[in-house]
Amino acid sequence: MLPRAEVAHWLFAAGFLFFGLVLLAEAIVGPAVFRRRAWRACLWPSLALLAGMWLWVITIFSTFSTLHLVAHSLWAQAATAAGAVQLAVVRGRLHSSYWSLVTSGALLVTGAAFLVHEQNGWLFARSAFLHHLIGWTLVVSALFPLGAAFRPRRSIWAWGFAATWVAVAVMLFADRDVAPIFGHLSDLAGGPP
Amino acid sequence: MNELVTPRAHTADEPRAARKGLRVLAVEALGPLTVLGGIVWAFAQPYRVTFFYPDGKGFWDWAVQPPLLVVLVGLLFAFLVAPGLIEDLDRTSGESGDAASG
Repeated sequence: MLPRAEVAHWLFAAGFLFFGLVLLAEAIVGPAVFRRRAWRACLWPSLALLAGMWLWVITIFSTFSTLHLVAHSLWAQAATAAGAVQLAVVRGRLHSSYWSLVTSGALLVTGAAFLVHEQNGWLFARSAFLHHLIGWTLVVSALFPLGAAFRPRRSIWAWGFAATWVAVAVMLFADRDVAPIFGHLSDLAGGPP
Repeated sequence: MNELVTPRAHTADEPRAARKGLRVLAVEALGPLTVLGGIVWAFAQPYRVTFFYPDGKGFWDWAVQPPLLVVLVGLLFAFLVAPGLIEDLDRTSGESGDAASG
């Protein structure tokens, strides 16, 4: 009854797409308008916390390799930390823009975990390609909260951060357990004989 | 005052109103565009929608159909997030307009 890995990835993709749309909306209207309602201000930190909790569930069930176990638990910790800190920021408990560095660090750790735990090359199979692509996307996207920490008034960081999650959602929706990438599929990828 | 002269308050308000109009349009468009994306995807790859190919499919295939998830996300955003945001955008620009004229 446990879902296949691709099904879990599509569910996360849907969550990230909603997350991306919310962040895009915040970038469009600006934080002052967006945070006029408390529930909306708390939305993305809460979604990050929720993603962290779900990642712990995935960690418990995805025990087929130690690397996956470590990678999923790293993501869970990173999402939980980023969500908790941002929740404190929007509730006014934390004030410094440098707290954005926690989000930057979380993205960097998550991206690095994606890259390290994928043992196969880019064209091994679609899932391997997407691991590399998502990993590098997250590593590069760590620049957006980093920029927000030092130049908080520039809106480009919010746009970049929002676009990252929409892009990650598209990539996760493209994931299949066994599928070729640009016509390449390794014989070792576990496809039909 | 003739038709060649406009009050300064009007000229200052026009670009602000145009910007607000664009923001409202952008927020209103996000949900429907996402729904449209999901529908186009369903037609482009119908095999990813279990309703079109129901044979031999299990619980998770029925519960999680990617193009329909995209449609659902678009609807959630359009009905839960966008209306309040547009209302607040109107209210904020009304308040800043009052402050400018007052």
